[in-house]
Amino acid sequence: MPNWPTETKYISHATPRIDGVAKVTGRARYSSDIQEKGWLYGMILRSKWPAAKILSVNLDLARQIPGIKAAVVAREGEFTVRYYGEEIAAVCGTSKQACLDALRAIEVKAEVRHEFVVNENEARKENAPEVWDGKPNSTTPRVRENGSVDAAFSECAAVIEGFYSTAVQIHNPMETMGNTISWTEEGVTAWSSTQGISSVRDGLAGSLKLDQSRVRVITEYMGGGFGAKFGAGVEGLLAAKLSKAAKAPVRLMLTRFDQALAVGNRPSSFQKIKLGAKADGTLHAFDAENYGTGGIGAGGDGGGGGGGADIPMPYLYKVPNTRVKQSAVAVNAGPSRAFRAPGNPPASFGMESALDDLAAKLGLDPVELRLKNDPNEIRQREYKLGAEKFGWKEKYKKPGSSVGVVKTGVGCAGGAWPAGGGNKNTQGEAQINPDGSIEIRLGVQDIGTGTRTVIAVVAAEILGLKPEQITVKVGDTRFPPGPGSGGSTTCPSVSPTVFDVCTKALEQLQTQSGLADARGKNWFAACKKLGVNPLVVHGKWQEGLSASRAGGVQFAEVEVDTETGFVTVKKILGVHDCGLIINQNTLESQINGGIIMGMGYALYEERVMDDLSGVVLNPNFETYKLPGIADVPEIEIILVNMPERGVIGIGEPATVPTAGAIANAVANALGVRVGSLPITPAKVLAALGKVPPAHA
Amino acid sequence: MKNSEPKNFGAHSRRTFFKSLGTVAVTTATAQVQSIAAELEKANSEKIIGPAAVPVTLTVNGEKLKLLLEPRVTLLDALRNYSSLTGAKEGCDRATCGACTVLLGDTPIYSCQKLAIEAQGSEITTIEGLAKDGKLSPVQAAFVEKDALQCGYCTPGFVMSVTALLKKNFHPTAAEVKHACAGNLCRCGCHPHILQAALKAAGVKHAAKTEVVTYA
Repeated sequence: MPNWPTETKYISHATPRIDGVAKVTGRARYSSDIQEKGWLYGMILRSKWPAAKILSVNLDLARQIPGIKAAVVAREGEFTVRYYGEEIAAVCGTSKQACLDALRAIEVKAEVRHEFVVNENEARKENAPEVWDGKPNSTTPRVRENGSVDAAFSECAAVIEGFYSTAVQIHNPMETMGNTISWTEEGVTAWSSTQGISSVRDGLAGSLKLDQSRVRVITEYMGGGFGAKFGAGVEGLLAAKLSKAAKAPVRLMLTRFDQALAVGNRPSSFQKIKLGAKADGTLHAFDAENYGTGGIGAGGDGGGGGGGADIPMPYLYKVPNTRVKQSAVAVNAGPSRAFRAPGNPPASFGMESALDDLAAKLGLDPVELRLKNDPNEIRQREYKLGAEKFGWKEKYKKPGSSVGVVKTGVGCAGGAWPAGGGNKNTQGEAQINPDGSIEIRLGVQDIGTGTRTVIAVVAAEILGLKPEQITVKVGDTRFPPGPGSGGSTTCPSVSPTVFDVCTKALEQLQTQSGLADARGKNWFAACKKLGVNPLVVHGKWQEGLSASRAGGVQFAEVEVDTETGFVTVKKILGVHDCGLIINQNTLESQINGGIIMGMGYALYEERVMDDLSGVVLNPNFETYKLPGIADVPEIEIILVNMPERGVIGIGEPATVPTAGAIANAVANALGVRVGSLPITPAKVLAALGKVPPAHA
Repeated sequence: MKNSEPKNFGAHSRRTFFKSLGTVAVTTATAQVQSIAAELEKANSEKIIGPAAVPVTLTVNGEKLKLLLEPRVTLLDALRNYSSLTGAKEGCDRATCGACTVLLGDTPIYSCQKLAIEAQGSEITTIEGLAKDGKLSPVQAAFVEKDALQCGYCTPGFVMSVTALLKKNFHPTAAEVKHACAGNLCRCGCHPHILQAALKAAGVKHAAKTEVVTYA
């Protein structure tokens, strides 16, 4: 079994991002920056109806707009649209302005269906309009039961019942989804803003009926994804069709509005939780019902938008008597997609809120209640480390005991990411040139987590070089296959692969050069002995160098203004299991990012639908609020370094506990629970009885 | 190419807007009568530009950029779609995300909200214009050092906002940095490192808040 070196110069240290200079100088070329010779601008016409049968789409006038080179329909013949924003047609032309004109000139004849439903609570009602004809909106509930739940509640010293809900969250990467696609006789080249070049290639090849070998996907740089950018999407297919029709490369990036309507979101959750414990705090009975909507979802499965709305319950805890009932509800809204730690942030929020409500009822300290019940040894350790660093014992007061208009509170929550680990199929290669230069090629993409830098750090460590000596080539399906950037799997896929590639390359270099140790100061002498031919060595992912299942805990300190209802987060402390740290500064950046995204989920972010028109009311940044730099609190991080575990990913776990910790801090400050995310001023004031609650 | 488009396609200008207000708006408005009348007079005296493409000369990073643009083309689109200067990014195209921030003189602006024709005659600086002779500016260098970026898409905008701040305020406080960056969004969540980078570039000390604990 291979092993990571224990004495290291770069691994577990902080190496500046090797593509940092390209990114701060504007030299980094994103998919939206591609200017292939003769490129055309592309745009999509979307449905303005939440439900309609499209009878015909007339593109003739659009094609006559000066500068327009092609126009295509999203689907041939009559078709049904099931949400506001579903694709109808696309155009390409020599300028954005021409495209805007052309979109206005497209004539769509539609039979508008006035019966539709965008609210999941309405959609569950018996006579609700059907999103999918002939199928109920709600899936048949999946029920899981252990022990004797009903009897167990009577054995509890304290029982709480709560209702905890989370809103639909939109990914909103700063670069929207999209591609520049060139379809020529040779095949298709797609510069995709994607977190999965391989899945985009296979998706395009399948849909366009081309050999996979004739589709090449390139992602030099991409502007964030968070789970929404794995496939080519309808926008990718439309760009390809436009390119074929116009015989020119087409850049089709979604607008910010498009992005909010049709290309993914995190499903909502409505969690009714009953939780009981013995007098010493030992959890004894759990009964929960949850539903949520993933929009039109996958359909099928008797309706209900397929899966994707289920969450792990009772999350981190083993409760001997447990009943969980879950269902998914279809509504006339854009489908959900994977979103950073799918299922986990809402699960953590619901369960950790219930735990604090129970702690309050039992008169127990929330940290103590978790130490009593969390079976995970690493999180046990993290709670203790975190509580000490945070000053929990000094800061924690009984809920509602803060005096004055602006109340302070603290809270904590735990999280996990049960998946992760490495992708066994990851491969890579190194080319060592006689002049001593070296290139590592791997068909992964850098989503912003620092994957290029991880590759350079590992290679430099094994070969005794400096990270800046390593030329890293990623983001091209012509390289050996790499993983998608998702599920916190990239670093644990890539690091062992580069370890293998470089270990083998070093062995071969030593054999060929006759030098016993070709590393460091001997490197150039060894490479020179290669003669005229570079050495190319292939390698693959190896077992034993990475691990899955990461856990973390977070602590939050908030101020709540009881007159305005405004919540200010003062501080977050994150304590995270990091396995073997590869690069400390990019790791820190990811944890900061997870926390800040979790803070948006807790306080600001919510897709708002208009029940009457079926329209998304906040498809832009004026009305869909992301945390800004002035909202971001002091963030303190404890990186729990466990080299013996091998490499793990941190992208998902970092965002999981934040909302629960903030919600618990707000409840601690107020003495009443705001059980619905985002915790807006209106909900705070309603919880305090100062204004009537909003219509649910 | 066939051309059956309506003659006035896309020809919505400030001028036609005021004209369309006609007498109704002018007579019903009370306090604003004077200013509207003045605007109307000014609009009527302006030379009509467009809707067809017109020559536009921009001064970007010290160089003249001669383009042929419809008057409705924004400065951002002019840079990104009509020149190779793609450093400024489009995140929203409606003045909310700041990814398109460039300097007009020393002032940071959303280039998506400025028509290219209006930017003529001004010194425009984009992210590509900051490094001199291959040497990063202090702000750029600090962004790399502090890892104040992840995907990097918002980075040009933040770098420009911080650059503009440091031009007029050599030693900003953390609050002043936050204020200067209030118009920039970052979805990866780089804000703590951006703050550190800005302070570092200004030579202001700022304590890092990370600790590594090895699990025993």
